[in-house]
Amino acid sequence: MELDMLGDAVITTRLDDAVNWARESSLWPFVFGTACCAIEFMSTAASRHDISRFGAEVVRFSPRQADLLLVAGTISYKQAPILKQIYDQMPEPKWVISMGACACSGGFYDNYTTLQGIDEIIPVDVYVAGCPPRPESVLDALMMIQEKLKKESFSQDRAGDFVGKLDA
Amino acid sequence: MLKALQNRFKHSIYLEKSNILSLKEEEIFEAVKLAFDEGGTLLLDITIIDYLDFISPQKERFALIYNIRHKTFKQNLLLKCFLSEAKAQSVSSIYKAANWLERECYDQYGIVFEHHPNLKRILNHWQFEGFPLRKDYAITKGQLCTQSVNLMPEMNERLLEKGLITKDKEGNYSKCEKDLMFINIGPSHPATHGTIRNFCAMDGETVIANVSEIGYLHRGFEKSCENHTYNQIIPYTDRLDYCSATTNNVAFAKTVEEMLGLTLPPRAVAIRVLVMELSRIINHLVCLAAQLVDMGALTNYWYLYNPRETAYDFFSKLTGARLTNSYMRIGGMSYDLYEGYEDDLKIIMKEIEEGVSISLGMIEHNRIFHDRTQNVCPVSASEAINLGLSGPNLRAAGVQYDLRSAKPYYLYNDLDFDVIVGSVGDIYDRIMVRFEEINQSLRIMKQLLGNIPDGDICVNDASVVLPSKENVYGSIEGTMNHFKLIYEGVKVPEQEYYSCIEATNGELGFFIVADGSGRPHKVKVRAPSFGAMSAYTQMVEGSMLADAVLNLGSINIIAGEMDR
Ligand code: SF4
Repeated sequence: MELDMLGDAVITTRLDDAVNWARESSLWPFVFGTACCAIEFMSTAASRHDISRFGAEVVRFSPRQADLLLVAGTISYKQAPILKQIYDQMPEPKWVISMGACACSGGFYDNYTTLQGIDEIIPVDVYVAGCPPRPESVLDALMMIQEKLKKESFSQDRAGDFVGKLDA
Repeated sequence: MLKALQNRFKHSIYLEKSNILSLKEEEIFEAVKLAFDEGGTLLLDITIIDYLDFISPQKERFALIYNIRHKTFKQNLLLKCFLSEAKAQSVSSIYKAANWLERECYDQYGIVFEHHPNLKRILNHWQFEGFPLRKDYAITKGQLCTQSVNLMPEMNERLLEKGLITKDKEGNYSKCEKDLMFINIGPSHPATHGTIRNFCAMDGETVIANVSEIGYLHRGFEKSCENHTYNQIIPYTDRLDYCSATTNNVAFAKTVEEMLGLTLPPRAVAIRVLVMELSRIINHLVCLAAQLVDMGALTNYWYLYNPRETAYDFFSKLTGARLTNSYMRIGGMSYDLYEGYEDDLKIIMKEIEEGVSISLGMIEHNRIFHDRTQNVCPVSASEAINLGLSGPNLRAAGVQYDLRSAKPYYLYNDLDFDVIVGSVGDIYDRIMVRFEEINQSLRIMKQLLGNIPDGDICVNDASVVLPSKENVYGSIEGTMNHFKLIYEGVKVPEQEYYSCIEATNGELGFFIVADGSGRPHKVKVRAPSFGAMSAYTQMVEGSMLADAVLNLGSINIIAGEMDR
């Protein structure tokens, strides 16, 4: 059979590109919103900033159906095992955005209650500064994840060698 | 209430400025009981003061404080006693609200309350060791939690209390006759609007028993306050009830200003009232929007949430931030109103009116909405007070308690507005009270627009307010003044003081112990959401699971304020 019989009904590409193209346009976020930053996420999802323009409006509340973990808010020590469990329950591939000063570094809660950054327990792909970050920054972070995943191979183990404080 | 207590306890000492009645340790339980009988029906707060390293020597290290409000709501009274040992008697048999408050004192200060039904940690995690608010606990000493707490022991106690199971001599629980199923709602669940864990025993679709676990957003507000100057605390207050940040700013600044004996210029007062009412509206908008989503009414979310965006624009222009405004300062505020603010506000108010009326149009006569909310999770007026509810949740139960009219502060005496009350205290009432309060707040704003007096926005006192930039850069006095205020903070004379305002969710008060320096010795927040959440169990037991979800939305728990 000659190939050109199919005309331009077929395009060839690399498998990685095809998979990543699909992933990029339909990230399903799990919003782990705990505090003030979660209110700004509500704005990101509402009409004006409209996260669905980037294909990420299908907010999941089951970690098993999500591939983007968006940690919006302060993570206390009491909260840490829960966040860890949610991360573990998410199937690969998965990406993590740390939204706001608290999630990134503990913010100005440098005290006995607050984990000094979620990267002490789970790997983070993009950090968003701000207290809280504006919705535009969250969208920007989302686009950075999209850019990032384009360069990755779907068969690669992304954060396999990460060891956090709760992994012991 | 005060007279009766003074007559009964002749040796007690009343400090008028602080509104504190000091009693002997052995009298305090009786005093609380008498206060209750004399009409002190609303227990606002219980807290502990740790006097270790305090500037002036005190009788004992710990003092116990009760804050009780009279049923006319006009007055409150603080009862205080020193504790010779780290223990006291529980008053949870008198006030249901005391249950959680005492647990908090135990958790933070290690004070043991005898005869308490369930004395265990509440804000800190179960693996935590030590008592963080004691002065000898280092602020940065964090402790890792590796596992969530098992709530089954607490649930068994609750089932026992309800007579559903029995306990034998060895402490084993019998099996329940009903075929119970145990489920967790939260800590990470869309219906919890934050992180709260409700552990329910279900009989079919009905919640038979519930225990709640909070503290997931405990961020050490009170400990942080002790380590910052008064003005540095303002950003922390933003993040208590983060849906209406400026209201918290005002509540805190007002308390400190009263301690300093300052009177704000009329313009500052008017601006405060204006932004507080706008904050109240946008907080109610989030609450209602999210609540209706829980009910499946997603469309309402867009109509109610979008006006909030316009309000954010206003706040951005005014304060530089959308959400966490940090707008107030001790003695005034950071910026004056900008040119053209009135037009912006008019547009916002129009949008809010439209959003509210469209949203109401969709639910007001909607059978599904009525069926899901009317007579669901009701709480009676007297119960609500005993449980420590305040604000819209209490008003929904028919109690006419609003500090803006009960004990008017700022301009509220001269403004026209109605106190909105419900009749049944069910979810429907809680929702409708909020809807109508939005209208009332709009009414207040309309009266203020065009009537904001000219003048200063800060008090004219160099020991409180930062000098102008020209002064700082142009004169050595200005530079020194600025340096000292930033470095040492506003110095508040030694005293103990409680003050409060009607915040969006109810009575928001600050109890501050000042030691004459620029940092408080102790700050305690009386947070309305804390009381509301402690009432949750009683409200939902016996209702359906889906109703329990709605109820959580209807009492508008803001985790930042509840867990602090
Ligand atoms: S970063 Fe700021 S806004 Fe975000 S959760 Fe922390 S305190 Fe709140």
